[in-house]
Amino acid sequence: MIPILSTLIFLPLLGAIIIFCLPPRLEKSIRFLSLLVTGVVLAVSVCLVMHFDPAVGGASNSMQFVEYHPWLHNLHIWYFLGVDGLSLPLVFLTALLGFLACLSSYEIKERVKEYFIFYLLLMTGMIGTFLALDLVLFYIFWEIVLIPMYFLIGIWGGPRREYAAVKFFLYTLAGSVLMLLGILTAYFLSTPHTFNMLQLGLSGFDLRWQIILFLAFFLAFAVKVPVFPFHTWLPDAHVEAPTPVSVLLAGVLLKMGGYGLLRVCFPIFKAAAFVLAPVLAMLGVVNIVYGAWVAFAQTDFKKMVAYSSVSHMGFVLLGAASLTVTGFNGALLGMFNHGIITGGMFLLVGVLYTRAHTRELNRFGGLTNSMPFYAFCLTFLSLASLGLPGLSGFVGEFLSLVGAFKPYPWLVVAAGIGLVMTVGYFLSMIGRVLLGALNPKCVPYVDMNTRELVTIVPLMAIVLIVGFYPQSVLNFQQEAMQGLAHLFKL
Amino acid sequence: MIPLEHFCLLSAFLFCAGIYGALTRRNAIGILISIELILNAANINLVAFNKYLGTNDGLGQAPTVPSGQVFALFVVAIAAAASVVGLVLIIAIYRHAKSLFTEGFHLMKE
Amino acid sequence: MHIAHYIPLFPFLAFVINIFVGRRLKIGSAYLAVGTCVLSFLCSLKVWQGFLQGERSYSLGTWLLIQGKPLDFGIIVDPLTIMMLLIVSFIGTFILIYSIGYMHDDPRFSRYFAYISLFMASMLGLVLADNFILLLIFWEGVGLCSYFLIAFWHERPAAAKAGIKAFVTTRIGDTGFLVGMLLLFFTTGTFHFSDFQFLRGPEPVLTLAAILIFAGAIGKSAQFPLHVWLPDAMEGPTPISALIHAATMVAAGVYLVARCFPLFAAHPAALQTVAVIGGISALMAATIAVVNNDIKRVLAYSTISQLGLMMLGLGVGGLSAGTFHLMTHAFFKALLFLCAGSIIHAVGIQDIRQMGGLFSKMKVTSVTFCIGALALAGVPPFAGFWSKDEILLTAWNNHHPVLFAVALLTSLLTSFYMARLIFLVLFGKPRSELHAHESPAVMTIPLVVLSVFAALAGFIGSPLKEATGAYEGSQVMMLASTMVSLTGLGLAYLIYIRQMALPQSLLMSCQGLKQLLLNKYYIDEIYEVVLVKPILRLCQGSFSFDMKIVDGLVNGVANVTQFCSGVLRRTQTGLVQNYLLVQVFGVVLLIMWLLKI
Repeated sequence: MIPILSTLIFLPLLGAIIIFCLPPRLEKSIRFLSLLVTGVVLAVSVCLVMHFDPAVGGASNSMQFVEYHPWLHNLHIWYFLGVDGLSLPLVFLTALLGFLACLSSYEIKERVKEYFIFYLLLMTGMIGTFLALDLVLFYIFWEIVLIPMYFLIGIWGGPRREYAAVKFFLYTLAGSVLMLLGILTAYFLSTPHTFNMLQLGLSGFDLRWQIILFLAFFLAFAVKVPVFPFHTWLPDAHVEAPTPVSVLLAGVLLKMGGYGLLRVCFPIFKAAAFVLAPVLAMLGVVNIVYGAWVAFAQTDFKKMVAYSSVSHMGFVLLGAASLTVTGFNGALLGMFNHGIITGGMFLLVGVLYTRAHTRELNRFGGLTNSMPFYAFCLTFLSLASLGLPGLSGFVGEFLSLVGAFKPYPWLVVAAGIGLVMTVGYFLSMIGRVLLGALNPKCVPYVDMNTRELVTIVPLMAIVLIVGFYPQSVLNFQQEAMQGLAHLFKL
Repeated sequence: MIPLEHFCLLSAFLFCAGIYGALTRRNAIGILISIELILNAANINLVAFNKYLGTNDGLGQAPTVPSGQVFALFVVAIAAAASVVGLVLIIAIYRHAKSLFTEGFHLMKE
Repeated sequence: MHIAHYIPLFPFLAFVINIFVGRRLKIGSAYLAVGTCVLSFLCSLKVWQGFLQGERSYSLGTWLLIQGKPLDFGIIVDPLTIMMLLIVSFIGTFILIYSIGYMHDDPRFSRYFAYISLFMASMLGLVLADNFILLLIFWEGVGLCSYFLIAFWHERPAAAKAGIKAFVTTRIGDTGFLVGMLLLFFTTGTFHFSDFQFLRGPEPVLTLAAILIFAGAIGKSAQFPLHVWLPDAMEGPTPISALIHAATMVAAGVYLVARCFPLFAAHPAALQTVAVIGGISALMAATIAVVNNDIKRVLAYSTISQLGLMMLGLGVGGLSAGTFHLMTHAFFKALLFLCAGSIIHAVGIQDIRQMGGLFSKMKVTSVTFCIGALALAGVPPFAGFWSKDEILLTAWNNHHPVLFAVALLTSLLTSFYMARLIFLVLFGKPRSELHAHESPAVMTIPLVVLSVFAALAGFIGSPLKEATGAYEGSQVMMLASTMVSLTGLGLAYLIYIRQMALPQSLLMSCQGLKQLLLNKYYIDEIYEVVLVKPILRLCQGSFSFDMKIVDGLVNGVANVTQFCSGVLRRTQTGLVQNYLLVQVFGVVLLIMWLLKI
């Protein structure tokens, strides 16, 4: 049998190695090769989804396609991969956005070879993070993501790229150092010593240690999510990163934090999760409302979308903190949807940036007259993002709110403020960019070309499908979320 | 037989000469040579102690394997490698700066 | 699939086709929209027929699992739904036909018909939904389309602003709606309307849930205090105003309350809230309409007022009275707006002070306008009379004297301002140079058809009567309301046609009140100062807080580290020999320590 998960992880790495051996002047073949590799990864992930059995469930043995090999045996470190309903949507999301962002990377003209090497390396890290079930392996993939990202922002970014890249790197690294300490502590506290995530869930630590460890892991994940007040790297990194990197940053990297929360923090440190859930919910609502407020004040398109991410990830946090099946479902679906929608939003910002070389919202106006396709896509994704029922964004937020309503009714009411504000800033963005009289500066902009449309249309299709029939995704994650919520049933 | 002290004195002299050279030389190649002197001072000690340990002077137990010599061989090999790298660096810097004086080498500082 | 499923699908199909290839269809896009709307109307008739044969509701399947329970989507078919379906598709058809004439030279002709088709589809879906979630989906769809259509002429900044205002304001109500829905769900475990008869739960919680759900209706139906978006929505094309005011957007709120009526009826406090809010809105909007000088805005305020009246009717327990008025109002309000559109189309201005004497130039429009106005004023035998009478009767019978008085006063004001509108626009002498001409047949035919219904729809009686028990219209009540209407008309006649001195000087004497009314009780200004500005400032403040404090802390940590490194860096001279010297000293010290010298 083919080890399908290892294939997924190491195919991009293989591609990176091949590109490393090619001479840099073969830009066309390098681009094509990366597109091919990410395309194959997408195809493999689709196969994975097809062969995934959504009915397999249970608290501890819901993993499928497991690969379990000794790696550093003396240290009890295993090469342990597996996929369940929690990781499957995110793996698919990564593969899809990886492919589309690769298509969008055609606009990268400088140092093409290095760019795609880093890009493919990033893919390996991201997919690995979602598939690793051994904490050490998880940590390694987690850190692998950092390095290419640092270079991708730092070399191909905007004018303040070095500042943004260093800030991103140090901030995330500071978080992951805590995670490393947490991993080691968990290892030494567990009997028998193990890095296995599933086994660690079974070994009961005492409450004090649980809280300490939960916080250590949570801080690492909180930086990635990002949770207020650890979010300030995000706008900087987004603004400076080139478009495809922004797509992956918002679409996938933020999900690593949420994924970690659901994969590591909650199941392993159950008792601590119980104690700290109200705090998480509160932070989630702060994210929602505060993110919306700050997004409202933005005049930079990318910053606005970045802060809207902060706001939307608040719903994920709130849903997760509800410790109910519905909330978990909402959190995971919310992450999936946010990846699709915000990924698309960044692609659209990029489309505009390649034409105008500015992201200042007030510099546009009336684009709906000269770029009708663009106007349609932007309106569509904005509506999805502001949670219009019938499009995907709504379903995740709704489930999160439903889940959180019983334990925290007042927080749900407070989150309502965020809902209203979200409508406000998205509509005022649409008003400034698309509506009004055509700004004379925007006359020469041509509408989206075929390549740009190809990158955005699949995302919009998914938004529509999930919005109309959310069970299409929920079916896959249902069992895993049920298992997770089962841990918190008293 | 030559007493151990003579070896020690010789190696101490070589070591000090090496240190002195490394501290005072302005020429990078000179520093490299001085470092080689320091390494060789250590080598002399290693070999001499291996020979003299466990003999009549009551200097502890005799080693069962000639580990001192082996260590010396390692040092020689590594010293060779190190000087190769060092020379390469020096040549690279020389190409860049057209100088071998160490005061000029503070590219990393600014 | 059942035939009822196709009702919203037809206009949706028209939307999809028009949005993508509409530009190439040219005038065909309009025919497509009209055609699909007619098909929906025919299907609605078929559903009605099916209903009479005993068919009730149809499930569409599970949408998602909530708390482990499947949430099934389905459609509900009862007299209320059928009435709404017929009204929406019927009036919608004529508004669409009218739009062909009204929008004929607009550069975004096909886009207009795409949006309006989506609007129809959402509204038709809304009335078919059998649970809150499906209803919410279409509910927001309706709001979205109203945003698109109000901001249709977005080159005018006021239109773009009005669109945002409409969407955001209704969204405030919707948030309450969502919370109320969740509250209801967690108390009773259901989202389905069909379970409303059997709701069990703690009284105060359910009352709160009902009031929160009503918040959604307040936003959508432009009731006080969320009514501010509706007058501004007049920035959209006039047929859109007709559609919003008659059949779709604002009717949705009343529909929601009617749909949840068992819930409200079981909780008197909630019902009382509905009635009081309705009464406040009715009276407030009517007083504003008396002094307003924009032909469309007068009609807009009259809509708020009439919706308030419907809410009042529902709130005093008259389900059939409220929905009956919703139906008759749909006909004559659509008619009035289309007439106003026809007039604006002809003369190009909206200020009634500059109009006058249009009767002779636009015969068809004028006659139909008069019929609509009489219907709204509640003059027998036109449609508005019957439904308004029923609301008054219900209020009286159910012992709500204050609300009854409010409703009666509103009727008086209504007939007064409608008469004022008619007299100022159609009669007298032109007060500015107007080049009026009658509109083309494609616009006047819908007017004629709708005027027939506006005149006669009152005789149908409420389709809900059988369901809720008929009210006997007492002769006294009829007489009273007729008197009130005629008094209003007469007053307006004396002031605006005969130009009598006494009432005019009376009016002159209360300038302060007039200013207050002209400025719409300063509610917009109050919101601006109390809500909008502080929130914008809060947003700016949060942003500076984010940049200076939160990010400042992060950068502060970095800066402290950098400063310390700067100090320590001085030890790193970059000279190899210095390092070596330190090293030698270190080794010497180490040896001394080891040898304990």
